[in-house]
Amino acid sequence: MSELKAITPEVSEVVLEAGRSARHYWRDLWRYRELLYFLAWRDVKVRYKQAALGAAWALIQPIVTMVLFTFVFGKLAHMPAGNLPPDAYPLLVIAGLLPWQLFSAAFSGASGSLVSNSHLISKVYFPRLVVPLSSLAVAVIDFVIILGLYAAIAAWYGVWPEWKIVFLPVFIIAALVFALGAGLWLTALTVKYRDFRFIVPFLLQIGVFATPVGYRADTLPNWRGLLSMNPLTGVIEGFRWALLGRDFELDPNTLIFSTVSGAALVISGIWYFRSTERTFADVI
Amino acid sequence: MSADIAISVDGLSKKYRLGVPRQDTLRDRLVHLARGLVSPKTNTSTSEEFWALRDVSFQVKRGEVLGIIGRNGAGKSTLLKILSRITDPTAGRISLRGRVASLLEVGTGFHPELTGRENIFLNGAILGMSRAEIRQKFDAIVAFAEVERFLDTAVKHYSSGMYVRLAFAVAAHLEPEILIVDEVLAVGDAAFQQKCMGKIHSIAAGDGRTVLLVSHNMASVQQLCPTVLRLASGEVAGHGPALAEIQGYLGGHRRAKERQFDLNGQRRTLEPRGGARLQAVELRPNASATGLGPWQLPFGTELTLQFTIELLHALKQLELGIGIFTLQGAEAVSTLSSWNNPIAEARAGIYTVEVRFGSLGLALGPFRFGVGVSSDRGLEDYISDAFEIEVVPSEKSLLPKLRSIQGAIARISEVDWRIRS
Repeated sequence: MSELKAITPEVSEVVLEAGRSARHYWRDLWRYRELLYFLAWRDVKVRYKQAALGAAWALIQPIVTMVLFTFVFGKLAHMPAGNLPPDAYPLLVIAGLLPWQLFSAAFSGASGSLVSNSHLISKVYFPRLVVPLSSLAVAVIDFVIILGLYAAIAAWYGVWPEWKIVFLPVFIIAALVFALGAGLWLTALTVKYRDFRFIVPFLLQIGVFATPVGYRADTLPNWRGLLSMNPLTGVIEGFRWALLGRDFELDPNTLIFSTVSGAALVISGIWYFRSTERTFADVI
Repeated sequence: MSADIAISVDGLSKKYRLGVPRQDTLRDRLVHLARGLVSPKTNTSTSEEFWALRDVSFQVKRGEVLGIIGRNGAGKSTLLKILSRITDPTAGRISLRGRVASLLEVGTGFHPELTGRENIFLNGAILGMSRAEIRQKFDAIVAFAEVERFLDTAVKHYSSGMYVRLAFAVAAHLEPEILIVDEVLAVGDAAFQQKCMGKIHSIAAGDGRTVLLVSHNMASVQQLCPTVLRLASGEVAGHGPALAEIQGYLGGHRRAKERQFDLNGQRRTLEPRGGARLQAVELRPNASATGLGPWQLPFGTELTLQFTIELLHALKQLELGIGIFTLQGAEAVSTLSSWNNPIAEARAGIYTVEVRFGSLGLALGPFRFGVGVSSDRGLEDYISDAFEIEVVPSEKSLLPKLRSIQGAIARISEVDWRIRS
């Protein structure tokens, strides 16, 4: 029983009352961290278990997108790559695709997480935030694989990271937090209105163009303000600044806008999730 | 709350809404909103409220094993869901002292693609065990489930029996202070069921653990639970010693006096013509074992049912039929009087009909009796829910393990009909 004591140090009295389940929510979330770990582990394991090509799947999509965007933005639209080695447009694209893939995988994973775990929700108690949080793991693993792809391409072009790369984790976390914020909204809404399942791919389809993934934000000065409203613009610019260095600047206005809009997304996402969470088991 | 109370439930109610215009999709919601704008007066959301639980209060002492019984829809599952914190109460207060684990289903969260070993860890974590705890009990779980050889096989390749054994084994090795169990007991083959029952018995008996057990299987409730909480239509219908509550549940709503049942006031179904009227029935088992309630009959006993029937006028081709149903509604056995006692014509009057079952070969558990009278004109009288009995193990029975397969095995030998006026 010593192990049990470690989880519940005091034989606590749990009081359940209408509308009062919120009391120990965050403490409970901490207690259920092992479940968080196991659900994340399950998702990763299941994802790579059946796919014969395994990690290759995580690479195919960004490679194809990189080639397409290089062709469309670099060759057709003649967008400038900036102070990069000649013909290094693919490097610009992959540095933008890295955070975009991280965001879109985390966002769509989190959005579908509650419905795909409905059998758990209706049978066991745990703080429901565990489910969307654990769904981020698969996105992180895929991200690590694409990061390897980036390293290979950067080495090919002879572009080595500068000291700024130490800030990369900040932008990785920002991408995940934003994805979680948007994912919390969508997953809670999907529990009640299944229509929202169809909205996610649509949003991502628009998002990949409304975000400077295939081009540099500073080449569109007229659209800069609007682009900054997109929290991911700051993340992508941050990635390029941290990874590529050179003439990639961090625009302070973009950073502030991105931070504020991203924070609003996360805070409102948590608020909406928490306020609907208690009815999940009844409606799912 | 005094120290020896583990669970205290006070004025608990849970309301669901029924018949609300469905707004499960966004479109419905928008249509609903638009209608409201066009004609704001007509409020379409005349939501019908349904109280799954209403003002339920009870306490469970530390170390007590409480059975919860009630018909389908009585509120048992809702109560367990609230106690397990899966859903919120609408009103009332519950306090739980100690770590709670609930088993509302066997194998919650099992993933078919993962191996047995992986699923043990996953399922354990879902049920609230820590990794260290699972590791420590791992060997015991595997041994209990008898799946050693298949530990590294994906569970999608398991037979359903192996799957269920593994799932139960993980759950059985939980060691919470309060354990909430829904009818997950009877799983696997007969031998494994016995093992499950034994395990639950030892969980309940050992370490002063508090157990709430929901079951339809009266034999196991009686065996495991000294006290029983009986729910009916969302309210507490009784809370007391197991035997009395089970009797209340089985015979309850018609206040059975011993083994005689008045059939006059019973609800008729199938719109009988009314040429005959079932008046009463008396159960007369051959030997009554001690320690059994009047509704309990040992497996294989000889049972005679004596019906009193009034014929309001002369009827041709009079026939009496009996159907024995499980509580889930499956018909286990039926018999017709014409098989060995055809009656061409009977005058008006009061008749006594005796049916003797030479040996009550029903599987263990509760059964409901339906009785009907017919003539050449059609159905004259019919009661689908005349009375209930429970078949319990007999001392000489060789088949005490055949539970929960009600209806699958039923053999009534030597049915003998006798009709006297």
